[in-house]
Amino acid sequence: MTIQESIKNGATISPGGNSKDNKTGSWRQGQRPKWNKEKCLNCGVCFHFCPEEAIIFKDGKMVGIDYTYCKGCGICAHECPRKAIEMVKED
Amino acid sequence: MIPIRLIPMTGGQAAVEALRQINPAVFAAYPITPQTPIIEGFAKLVASGKVTTEFLPVESEHSAMSAVIGAAVMGVRAMTATSSQGLMLMSEILSVASGLRLPILMNVAARAISAPINIHCDHSDVMNVAGVGWLQFFSENPQEVYDLNFIALKVAESINTPAMVIQDGFVTSHSLELLETLPDDKISKFVGNYTSKINPLDFNEPKTIGPLVLPDYFMEVKKAQINDFDLALEAFRLESEAYFKISGRMIKTIEEFHTEGSESAIVCLGSTAGTIKHYIKNEPEKGYSLIKIVSYRPFDYSGLAKLLKKYQKVIVLERAPTYGATGFLTQEVYAALRLLKEQKDVKTYVYGLGGANFGLSDVSEILNDS
Repeated sequence: MTIQESIKNGATISPGGNSKDNKTGSWRQGQRPKWNKEKCLNCGVCFHFCPEEAIIFKDGKMVGIDYTYCKGCGICAHECPRKAIEMVKED
Repeated sequence: MIPIRLIPMTGGQAAVEALRQINPAVFAAYPITPQTPIIEGFAKLVASGKVTTEFLPVESEHSAMSAVIGAAVMGVRAMTATSSQGLMLMSEILSVASGLRLPILMNVAARAISAPINIHCDHSDVMNVAGVGWLQFFSENPQEVYDLNFIALKVAESINTPAMVIQDGFVTSHSLELLETLPDDKISKFVGNYTSKINPLDFNEPKTIGPLVLPDYFMEVKKAQINDFDLALEAFRLESEAYFKISGRMIKTIEEFHTEGSESAIVCLGSTAGTIKHYIKNEPEKGYSLIKIVSYRPFDYSGLAKLLKKYQKVIVLERAPTYGATGFLTQEVYAALRLLKEQKDVKTYVYGLGGANFGLSDVSEILNDS
């Protein structure tokens, strides 16, 4: 679809799945979550609570945090039952 | 000569009959008060297999409009009906329907809004959603409810904008009147098949519908919507003419009921026009004429200005309260009169709120006062 077609059709755009283009990591206000691998049990609570899917899981195990999309809301740190995630000052 | 089939129907039944003939793909509605008899009647048609519509009884009007939008986005005819508080609850989602450019058809029985709790007729509900980008057509009686459903659908689809067909709660929705319906084949030919401009299920070109639009493009999208809305009056004329050819009934954006030599015009909406016509017919020597606004959104300013030119006095009847402001319809009358650059004597009367009766004696009381 061209931009003109999108404008005429209530802002419908192609392709789909383009919310990825909105790199929400820039929204962080000075704090970011820091993951402590030693304390982590890979329970996945942070993964399910994260509103941005910024917790990266591979083969059932947590591998890190995607700072491109993490908004720094701190929900993961709040929910982690092992306190394996803490909010730290942005570098 | 084709025999005319006159059948008694309420406004609610007239809407149901029109919906049966349109046979939409999806109909979602909240089935409890403040509903109208429309969904009760339509649900019976679905249950007895007289239409092939998917009927979704949902948990609120907010959900009803959301479900209808979901269906309409997939490119099918999707509809609902509501009233009063239901329309108020739906109002957040109404602008989503218009902003996404979905030609949804909704029948509304106009009724008072709380508080105090009421349920009876006035225009408070529809007036309060007159600014969300929906077409609004007011019907005088069950016949117009029936006719306007088809015209509204065609206008909506031609400019990708949703439409409300409004009837007066109880006064029209629950009152029997004789009306003429058209044969199914004529209607199905008139409404035709609907195909949306966008194919949302095109796997070669997947789409995002309803994305975030920030200041860089928001005004452009809104301007396109406004521009298309401006085409609605012309679209109404075209569809109305096409409908006239199959029905013999001409519905104009504004109807004038003129008395020879008359210098005063009464401007009103909906069923009250019937009462006023009756009054004028009984007492032609009093010299009043009627101007009935059918298309409230879009409002035909130049059309109204042309009609008002010959009158000295304009009496506007409002069936909705305004607080600290000029009445809804009166504002439009002033806007139209501005085009004439002439002074007219304009008087506004608020009447019939919450179903307060409005009969011939009330008409004459108003006219004596004016």
